[in-house]
Amino acid sequence: MSRIREKVDVCVVGAGHAGCEAALACARLGLETVIFTVSVDSIALMPCNPNVGGSSKGHLVREVDALGGEMGKNIDKTFIQSKMLNVSKGPAVHSLRAQADKAEYTRAMRKVLENQDHLTIKQGEVTDLLTVEDIEHLDEQNNVSEYKKTSDPVIGGVKIYTGAVYECKAVVLCTGTYLRARCLCGEAITYTGPNGLQPANSLPDSIKKLGIELRRFKTGTPARMDKRTIDFSKMVPQYGDERIIPFSFSTDPESVQIDQVPCFLTYTNEETHKIIRANLDRSPIYAGVIEGTGPRYCPSIEDKVVKFPEKDKHQVFIEPEGLHTNEMYVGGMSSSLPEDVQLAMYRTVSGLENCKIVRNAYAIEYDCIDAMQLYPTLEFKKVKGLFAGGQFNGSSGYEEAAAQGLIAGINAAMQIKGKEPLIIDRSEGYIGVLIDDLVTKESFEPYRMMTSRAEYRLLLRQDNADLRLRKKGYEIGLISDKQYEQLLKKEEMISSEIERLKTTIVGANSRIGEFMEKHGSPALRTGCSLAELMCRPEFDYFSLAEIDDNRKDLPKEVIEQVEIEIKYEGYIKRQISQVNSFKKMESKKIPVDIDYDDVNSLRKEARQKLKMFAPVNVGQASRISGVSPADISVLLVYLSSKYPDRQR
Amino acid sequence: MNSVETIAAIATGLSESGISIIRVSGPDAFSIADKIFKSADKKSVFDYESHTIHYGFIVSNEEIIDEVILNIMKSPRSYTTEDTVEINCHGGILITKKILDIVIQNGARLALPGEFTKRAFLNGRIDLTRAEAIMDVISADNDMALKASVKQLKGDIYKKISLFRDTLLHETAFIESALDDPEHISLEGYSEKLYEKIDPILKELEKMEESAADGQIVKEGILTVITGKPNAGKSSFLNMLLGKEKAIVTDIAGTTRDALEQHVRIGDISLNLVDTAGIRTAKDEVEKIGVEISKNYIDDADLILYVVDSSSKLDENDQHIVDLIRNKNVIIIYNKSDLEPFISEEEVLSEFSDEENIDIIKISAKEHIGLEGFEDMVKRFVFTNNIFSNNEILITNLRHKEKIHEAVESLRLVKRSLDDGMPEDFLTIDMMSAYTSLGNIIGEEISEDLVNEIFAKFCMGK
Repeated sequence: MSRIREKVDVCVVGAGHAGCEAALACARLGLETVIFTVSVDSIALMPCNPNVGGSSKGHLVREVDALGGEMGKNIDKTFIQSKMLNVSKGPAVHSLRAQADKAEYTRAMRKVLENQDHLTIKQGEVTDLLTVEDIEHLDEQNNVSEYKKTSDPVIGGVKIYTGAVYECKAVVLCTGTYLRARCLCGEAITYTGPNGLQPANSLPDSIKKLGIELRRFKTGTPARMDKRTIDFSKMVPQYGDERIIPFSFSTDPESVQIDQVPCFLTYTNEETHKIIRANLDRSPIYAGVIEGTGPRYCPSIEDKVVKFPEKDKHQVFIEPEGLHTNEMYVGGMSSSLPEDVQLAMYRTVSGLENCKIVRNAYAIEYDCIDAMQLYPTLEFKKVKGLFAGGQFNGSSGYEEAAAQGLIAGINAAMQIKGKEPLIIDRSEGYIGVLIDDLVTKESFEPYRMMTSRAEYRLLLRQDNADLRLRKKGYEIGLISDKQYEQLLKKEEMISSEIERLKTTIVGANSRIGEFMEKHGSPALRTGCSLAELMCRPEFDYFSLAEIDDNRKDLPKEVIEQVEIEIKYEGYIKRQISQVNSFKKMESKKIPVDIDYDDVNSLRKEARQKLKMFAPVNVGQASRISGVSPADISVLLVYLSSKYPDRQR
Repeated sequence: MNSVETIAAIATGLSESGISIIRVSGPDAFSIADKIFKSADKKSVFDYESHTIHYGFIVSNEEIIDEVILNIMKSPRSYTTEDTVEINCHGGILITKKILDIVIQNGARLALPGEFTKRAFLNGRIDLTRAEAIMDVISADNDMALKASVKQLKGDIYKKISLFRDTLLHETAFIESALDDPEHISLEGYSEKLYEKIDPILKELEKMEESAADGQIVKEGILTVITGKPNAGKSSFLNMLLGKEKAIVTDIAGTTRDALEQHVRIGDISLNLVDTAGIRTAKDEVEKIGVEISKNYIDDADLILYVVDSSSKLDENDQHIVDLIRNKNVIIIYNKSDLEPFISEEEVLSEFSDEENIDIIKISAKEHIGLEGFEDMVKRFVFTNNIFSNNEILITNLRHKEKIHEAVESLRLVKRSLDDGMPEDFLTIDMMSAYTSLGNIIGEEISEDLVNEIFAKFCMGK
């Protein structure tokens, strides 16, 4: 059989938010990369909510940007409303969220991909993963079939539906919700991916042949409505911030001060809930038709009504899908009820009495993996050169996907180049928390990022993502010299300003006395540094300007850092000391060839879990549920007796 | 591996007489010793040469606690290769316990199971071939400590701590869900409400911490189960030990319906006595439950007092009991010695094999005869069979105290943050620390608690 055969460095399967980041990272690092998608028109598609960011997800976007990813830049180009959430709370939980113009977002990302050197876009369903051995046998057998496998498989390429083969050194799987996808709208079941797109039905078998286990998850999306049929006068408009802050550290803040469009808030009521309750037997979930596990944090409206019967109303956000469409997203009311029930239910909501549905709400089921089959580099433990990112790894959300795609792409590239992999730990970023949770903890639903999952969140703020991660991005090669120099300059400005404030002493003289009185602050008895004054709740950096004679004009983002570092110094110091002990355990590596059966004193449960998860270091081992501190002590003793050189 | 923390523990088994040794190891060992040791030669601990011994006193709040000998071992010439001090005190449980407590108050932390040995090993002090044995010690010690920890907690303390944890978790989950979903859940006016929830918990924990000093948190004593067939005289025997009428004593078999717990001191030993319902084929439901409970107690017991009616023959009920208590530490109470014996002591003993830890004592509970002999036997029996568990209890108590203290500190920080008007996300840091510390007391891990609580109790958006 004659077929196209090409040789490249990396193949990325899927062009959603994970796939785009993975492919861009590889290509930007100089590797010949092909990205496959079932439809070029749906690159970076947003099939669910029309926004990027939000609590803790905004952090992820910032971190992706700090490392040299694209998501932040792309939303800065295409947003239509932006808001910093939680501004009344501490700086650690401030989070950016922007409404996207979906079509523009897709178009802008496609343009970036199309113009990226070393990157080729290829439309076509990937049907097979090929190992190096498969590639060797390709010519003899015409077809990939069973033959005696010699050792652990090493990835060799992919085959697409036409039979064309792309040989490569690494594959990144970013298949999202497309594997054996099934959409459910009540009794109407279609075997398609999101938005009626073509599913990938052959690839799952090929993945399983490599010894990888698949499982089934579900998620859902609400209806889209025709704007002309909604009565907005019955709803509360929700506006964006007056001064918009961009996501990307590289975006000029002046360039994003645009005219914004509002969203609208309304509520469900008892009537809505009555209709839902009366029709639960027609919901595929409650009728038992759906086998996949859905997320608790993003419940369908029927879930909310069943789980929280005491609530007499639920919020509904009506959000525009873009500037050039009349479609509106009905946030808060995802559902898998039949079309007629949906329409009746939506029409009970204030302002939606005469609504017309453009696209029905539906639930979608898909194949994905339990990510404990992956190393923290997002490479499969069983298949060298095979990486995975995004919803395929059991997560949910565009931002979670982008973060994993970026890391998977970077590590595929690092492996090909023979360089150290990039692993961000829990103390360095939300990306670290996300990936560590995915590969270490058992999970039974799609994983969503939350700030409560980050134990060192005071250090992992969205405002300092560049200070935390840019240097890594630079070392990887995704951040330019110029960007890096800017970072160093910023760091320098911050530290010298903090130093100055700590060493500038103001006396207990009459000028200061008046100033203190004016601000209702207790008078000073002795000299005191400006930094100490700033710790008082009644002062901040700006209010001290009056008595700060040697103050230089500093950029806003520098002042922000100075203020946070000084005001929350006590808390920050405490977290840093926790991080230090955390790092100690993370640095104790566990050799891949460890035989847990040889560690006699481990409890049975711990032994099983350790075998199953194969943690890469003692820190990771300690986070596996069922592994006790005593087991960790035993493990430490074992490691130093068996591998004395590596531990000291 | 250089340890940052200084650890302390009692290195010898606790006994009534002789010398006890408290070992302190780590970077602060000398500075801690210096704070609490007043030497006869008026020198500072820092001035002593390695491997020298010194006579002096342990002093706390100007008060002399005990006359001691101090051994100084400087790094790396010690068991752990760290700076180590050994305090040889006069023994006796109370004094030893007090000195360990003082060492901890001055900056040491209680050593974890097997931790000295682990440090010695990790610092290269112990031959690699012994690794296996060391791992066994760690896991065995840990099992024992875990078992002791929860088992010895007084019932109401366990309940209270669980309740505090529930509250802390619930409030934290509420704050966190609002942080994760600010558009659906508002925190307005919440601070005051939180203050009202936190303050009573803090007050109760403070009280608990005080009472922990007098050992009010854990049951100190050997879990001792009194068993025997109905009407063998268990309750009379218990009353004899207690000197008062506690259990319902009648001549009708099966009137002691549930397990009663009593505390008895015999010299330096405390026994937690549990009188169980008569073990026999249960007829009614209530009694069936009692029988089930008594079986569970027997499994957990450190010591069994098996009351035998010497005036009647051993029947199938006795046979059943003998099977249940095999391979336990058993003292047979050969009761009703005031009556004509139907079976001899030898006959009773012959029911057990030679390898088992069995002793027998003649008693007449009705006539109050044999109490002294019984007490002597308990002391002897407990020491020779090494079931003296005060050592563990002491450790458990100190560990609990340490954790309650941590929780108190965390909640004080929460209050301070509330007073300072700190944003809510700062509050949850300390609320979760308190939650974790309290969890250590009742032996619970945290893992996914918070995330589960958020999803279970609060309706998240989207």
